[in-house]
Amino acid sequence: MADYKYDILVCGGTGCRATESELLVSNLKAELKTLQLDSEVQVVSTGCFGFCEKGPIVKIMPDNTFYTQVNASDAAEIVSEHIVKGRKVNRLLYLDPVENKNVADSKNMDFYKKQLRVALRNCGFINPENIEESIARDGYSALGTILQSITPEGVIDILKKSGLRGRGGGGFPTGIKWEMARKNNADQKYVVCNADEGDPGAFMDRSILEGDPHSVLEAMAICGYCIGATKGLIYIRAEYPLAIKRLKVAIGQAREYGLLGKNILDFGFDFDVELRYGAGAFVCGEETSLIHSMEGKRGEPTVKPPFPAESGFMNKPTIVNNVETYANIPVIINKGADWFASIGTEKSKGTKVFALAGKINNVGLIEVPMGTTLREVIFEIGGGIKNGKKFKAVQTGGPSGGCLTEKHLDIPIDFDNLIAAGSMMGSGGMIVMDEDDCMVSMAKFFLEFTVEESCGKCAPCRIGNKRLFEILTKITDGKGVKQDLTDLRNLCNVIKDTSLCGLGQTSPNPILSTMENFWHEYVDHIENHKCEAAHCRALMKYEIDEENCIGCTACARACPVAAITGSKKMPHIINQAICIKCGACMEKCKFNAVILK
Amino acid sequence: MADNITIKLKKEDNEFIEKVCASFNYSKTELINVLHQVQEHFGYLPAEVQEKIASELKMSVAKVFGVVTFYSFFTMLPKGEFPISICTGTACYVRGAEKVLDEFRKQLNIEVGQTTPDGKFSLGCLRCVGACGLAPVVMVGEKTFGRVSADKVEEILAEFR
Amino acid sequence: MAENKEMISLTIDKHQLEVPKGTTVLDAAKLVGIDIPTLCHMKLHNMGIENKPAGCRICVVEVQGRRNLAPSCATEATDGMVIKTNSMRVLNARQTVMELILSDHPADCLTCVKSGDCELQSMAHRLGVREIRYQGEQSCYREDFSPSIIRDMDKCIMCRRCEMMCNEVQTVGALSGVHRGFNAVVSPAFEMDLVNSVCTYCGQCVAVCPTGALTEVNHTNEVIKLLADPTKTVIVQTAPAVRAALGEEFDKEPGTLVTGKMVAALRELGFDYVFDTDFAADLTIMEEGTELLGRLNKYLSGDKEVKMPILTSCCPAWVNFFEKQFPDLLDIPSTARSPQQMFGSIAKTYFADKIGVKREDLIVVSIMPCLAKKYECQRDEFKVDGDPDVNFALSTRELAALIKHANIDFDSLHEEDFDRPLGESSGAGVIFGATGGVIEAAVRTAYELHTGKPLPKLDYTELRGLEGFRQAVIDFDGTPISIGIAHGLGNARKLLECIRENKCVYHAIEIMSCPGGCIGGGGQPLHHGHSEILKARMEAIYREDAGKPIRKSHENPYITKLYEEFLGAPLSKKAHHLLHTNYFDRKIKFEDSKEC
Repeated sequence: MADYKYDILVCGGTGCRATESELLVSNLKAELKTLQLDSEVQVVSTGCFGFCEKGPIVKIMPDNTFYTQVNASDAAEIVSEHIVKGRKVNRLLYLDPVENKNVADSKNMDFYKKQLRVALRNCGFINPENIEESIARDGYSALGTILQSITPEGVIDILKKSGLRGRGGGGFPTGIKWEMARKNNADQKYVVCNADEGDPGAFMDRSILEGDPHSVLEAMAICGYCIGATKGLIYIRAEYPLAIKRLKVAIGQAREYGLLGKNILDFGFDFDVELRYGAGAFVCGEETSLIHSMEGKRGEPTVKPPFPAESGFMNKPTIVNNVETYANIPVIINKGADWFASIGTEKSKGTKVFALAGKINNVGLIEVPMGTTLREVIFEIGGGIKNGKKFKAVQTGGPSGGCLTEKHLDIPIDFDNLIAAGSMMGSGGMIVMDEDDCMVSMAKFFLEFTVEESCGKCAPCRIGNKRLFEILTKITDGKGVKQDLTDLRNLCNVIKDTSLCGLGQTSPNPILSTMENFWHEYVDHIENHKCEAAHCRALMKYEIDEENCIGCTACARACPVAAITGSKKMPHIINQAICIKCGACMEKCKFNAVILK
Repeated sequence: MADNITIKLKKEDNEFIEKVCASFNYSKTELINVLHQVQEHFGYLPAEVQEKIASELKMSVAKVFGVVTFYSFFTMLPKGEFPISICTGTACYVRGAEKVLDEFRKQLNIEVGQTTPDGKFSLGCLRCVGACGLAPVVMVGEKTFGRVSADKVEEILAEFR
Repeated sequence: MAENKEMISLTIDKHQLEVPKGTTVLDAAKLVGIDIPTLCHMKLHNMGIENKPAGCRICVVEVQGRRNLAPSCATEATDGMVIKTNSMRVLNARQTVMELILSDHPADCLTCVKSGDCELQSMAHRLGVREIRYQGEQSCYREDFSPSIIRDMDKCIMCRRCEMMCNEVQTVGALSGVHRGFNAVVSPAFEMDLVNSVCTYCGQCVAVCPTGALTEVNHTNEVIKLLADPTKTVIVQTAPAVRAALGEEFDKEPGTLVTGKMVAALRELGFDYVFDTDFAADLTIMEEGTELLGRLNKYLSGDKEVKMPILTSCCPAWVNFFEKQFPDLLDIPSTARSPQQMFGSIAKTYFADKIGVKREDLIVVSIMPCLAKKYECQRDEFKVDGDPDVNFALSTRELAALIKHANIDFDSLHEEDFDRPLGESSGAGVIFGATGGVIEAAVRTAYELHTGKPLPKLDYTELRGLEGFRQAVIDFDGTPISIGIAHGLGNARKLLECIRENKCVYHAIEIMSCPGGCIGGGGQPLHHGHSEILKARMEAIYREDAGKPIRKSHENPYITKLYEEFLGAPLSKKAHHLLHTNYFDRKIKFEDSKEC
């Protein structure tokens, strides 16, 4: 990259591509060509920068200028101003919402200040479709090092010392898992990468695969070397076309460079990687389900033990790790176990990538050291709650995590603390909710998801979650009774206790955690028929404020069931017995006279 | 009995399926990859297609059907010319995806999983396309629409009508 | 291997015990008298059949140090494990899960055919479920009626036993788990009816279903009506395996032979003649044995055209299996009809003439351990002008229900004997009921017909047993005859594939669809996973054979008389017409599925 005077890095992640970043890239290139600058300035389509809220993102190196929300039509101005005249385009710079000042350098932005990028180290810096850019940033150097000078046991030792735990949800120590697979003798073993990111609202794995596919391929080869496997499989969601494309390019290039395939780097080590596609089943995030799915079967889980490291894909010892876990491994080898172990908390080392989303100002992909507090993540990196609303809760760990509140904001985030607080790390989804979110409805939303995604193999998950959803629906429909809460709690506990796999064992978490932290909302729904967030329609009433109503009759004409009566120029009235709560009157009223209670 | 049941697949359709199965070495473990390619070709997986795949891979058609119905990506119903997918992932949900979905339902007068009578639009939900920064997100075919609100629905549909 | 003998010690409730490594917690608990309740789990010992999805979660136990409860059926005991099988936590979990299962199950026990013999019902009772706290949407499916089996999937609890039997044991592949979550159910492809599937009606799914989801088509009412009709002569035939199992329905020890009481009960029910399918089994041996010898002689004399090996054809599910899945091999099996159909054919010609009853006034009912027999007797090729040779095939279970229904105290009945002429049989006919029996019976006759010498021994124990596939070489006075025996259609499939590839080394092969043969048929009293019951029934069959004065089919005097008076000789034109059949390509193909 050093050959060029400027590098223009344009985010080519799914989020930014959805707002035409590809067109922006071609516009930039065309503009440079016209001015005959294309030999001096390189335009690179990179992986995700993380700051999706403000996408499309453009970063100009070497001066580190960070442009946000760049339209394809801004290409000319960027070239003529920044590149030709060396003047920053102020209107495209990030505006610090607190200071109300433009910030040019991303390092000075709150969003990036507290982040530490290990797994995401290359995302946004390299062209993921060019292996040389990866190699220029130490890509495959860890593989070379170990093939040359470290035994498989030695590598496993490094991982054990580093304290790396699986980033997919369970938090199982990676080194121990690999050791198990190494010790099980078999004629064939498999290295599997779980890229079936199914959590709604999580896009960590996708971003890594789109932005830095080689780090994952390298780590899989390292794993193959350690456990004695020559075959790697990446199980990836079919809904991630860009990640699939980039992986295919990366695999092709790695083979070309002798970094995958037979006799890697002439060390006599064979390893190759194939893709397998998921087909839309959240339960396939569970490793035994994933394995069955890769075998062409229904993705139903089986009881563990035996663990996949003993008997997995085609009944052979198999390592299943997720994308982020793999992305960490080459850095650990390169920088050492002690370096990695110095980051994080006592039992959770390193960093964690989170997909920050929901009612938050800075939606995006972030990576922070373990031990960072929720408050830092939400209010500093995330820039606080959207539209000045009040923070209410944050859901961590995806649909089977828990909702944490104000009182949890200062806990240092790590595997164990989140579990102790009634939630979990999961794969790293983090959804922020504000005062407008009804927590009973939130729990219902998550249960609806689990009901849809349950595989149906075991009774508690198949029927129990359905019953949980039905009870929650009863409550949000205003038909709940006090006994429901007792039944709900018992059923939650039994489903957790008896379900076959991780899906059912965690599916009641959203209910248990909201019952724990927002008990009054449940009681309010049942006893007072009230939803404080004004979300549950069945519990709300549309009324007309006599003061504001001028009797224009617009609402009465809009009402599909003729529930509104009143004479012209006189305040109207809504007959609650007839009203179907469609909200048409409120939409039509120009005088804010229709209110929702 | 069995002999008056005709197979509606054309010769070239059969050959396509044979080719796909052959490219995966007739391996049962590649069933999902086969289904992906075949669905991409036909747009959906009707019964005759599944039967053909089963016989090529030498497995029971009930098992193929069991796999097809397990995964939400596979469908036995043809989709509309412009399949509309509303992301109902958590990020989009908390930013109002429900209301957007309701509006699509209302405007198209179909339910989730259905196709309009003119075959133009079909309505579906998906869980997170990973563009949470743009929530709520709607996809029409390959095109992504970000920050969609209920009042933008008409505009989006107009683009394809 | 030394590893196998490694012992580990664990604590279960108040007991400390040592078990070999690899023992499940469920089996370990049994050793100290703790019977952990199970629902989906089913293990037929010695037959290598096990269903262990760990899906019902009824058998969960508390394992010290583990976060969640563990399914004892699928959890291996490990050294130092401390297990609680009846703590409050476990009991509550078990009961709650049971309530959940019941909340998606129709509460129509009073009128359900399985009532009293239903594993779900007795488990609910055992777990003390007195109310169902969790109510909600229930699954709703269209009932599926086939000639043999009724599927009422509203009652399915997803134990997956039927799916396991259909796919892993029988390799028929008619059923699979379909859809997911609350909508998951076991079903044929495209949720079509069984008649449109590759189902063979072997009934093994029915034999293992713990609830009323899979049951047989019931014909008892039709039979009751006919028995009451004075214009009809109603005769009955009973298959060999029925007498070895019927007693179980009347609380007799498994393996109790109740031949005499069964005959008495049938007379009490009003059947005009009580005959024995064993008679027809002897007839089958004459026809099939002669056919075998014919093909064998041609083969031994170097005829390249002759199809070898010869396969038995008395099992109707087996016939369905090869017609649907191996239509290219239709010329391999013997053309001999099954004993049930030979009986019907002879009854409605020879016997009807003898007693001077018109064909349309003679009703033939059969009592069968089998559900495929219900389908078989409806086949067009076994009808004359639309009138079936066998009108109704009742299962052993249906007969027991009929006896109870008619207020007959089975216990106090005096033993009676079958009527003549179609009630006389040899021991060879009896052993048709167990795997290996048909071929042993055939050997007893073929040997003497082929060699012209008396049989050196009667009991060919090398042909008996419960292994899924067995083989033996029988010395036909200098000619070694290679015999294969398979039971369970999965084993049959392997053989057929061998034959297809021309790798089969046998002269004759016996195939029975059900594990154990007819004694383990889909119409027998339910074994509820106790495979020792099958073994006891098998022993009873060989006991009955040993006690028979005549042990060889060709020595049955009524058979000899039948040929003399009516058929002429085996494989005569008349015999061909009445006792042999053709097979058809019935490969299933699917129409457009839009109706589903």
